[in-house]
Amino acid sequence: MSQKTYAGVTVDVNEEGYFTNPSQWTKEIAVEIAKEVGIVLTDKHFAIMEFLRNRYNSGDALSIRSINHSGVIDVKTFYQLFPGAPLKKATKIAGIPKPASCV
Amino acid sequence: MENLNPIKKVNIICSKGSIEDVYAALIMGNGAVMEGIETNIFFTFFGLDAIVKKRMDKLHTAVVGNPALRLPGGLRMPTLLGIIPGMESFTSWMMKGQMDKLDVPPVSEFLDLIVAGGGKVYACKMTVDMFKMTMEDFSEHVNGIITVGEFYEHAAGEGSHIIFT
Repeated sequence: MSQKTYAGVTVDVNEEGYFTNPSQWTKEIAVEIAKEVGIVLTDKHFAIMEFLRNRYNSGDALSIRSINHSGVIDVKTFYQLFPGAPLKKATKIAGIPKPASCV
Repeated sequence: MENLNPIKKVNIICSKGSIEDVYAALIMGNGAVMEGIETNIFFTFFGLDAIVKKRMDKLHTAVVGNPALRLPGGLRMPTLLGIIPGMESFTSWMMKGQMDKLDVPPVSEFLDLIVAGGGKVYACKMTVDMFKMTMEDFSEHVNGIITVGEFYEHAAGEGSHIIFT
């Protein structure tokens, strides 16, 4: 367990940089984490992150398939918004733990 | 975790057409796409069924000659039971239901996800010739019918790995 400071707020993160306490997250913090991985956040980014946070809070597993069924964006757009490893990047920026799902 | 020698590309050969064999290839492939790894999946022999439009969502699992198959509750399923008409369909239906609960999609939808993330899908030329098929038979996601040599060309590169299922 370690701590990091984003937008003047100190938050708890694990060794990979994922939040261990999602309630510490704010949109301002998200903008700063996104900058670290070279992403400039738009409304679309925030919309899908809200979906991910809600899904995490209700205890549902986060999968790539769930993005397609989210009604927010399709998977292709998701890959474009968070290039590289989208689910890992999106959850990191959204302040929730790394998904434990294989799909 | 920083790794100095990350996997940059995976090339998966799917050679068998039962549910578990095809899903092994698709799950490994999709997992690679999700990690941002360049991904090629090459379907050959009976694995080709996974990209044939009319067959891809109707795959079965073997109930005869499958010693690891168990009944609900964990008892080993006697091979003789496997010859009962409908047993293979029922078992396959059960497997698909269990996977759906884990958010593992049907084959056609799985290919949608893989391709949406930039994964490439190929059919083996020799098998296509042998089974007398054409591009018409395949899902629109198939990028082409290629030879073994072309597969190796696609697979070439540092940090590239080949997986055979």
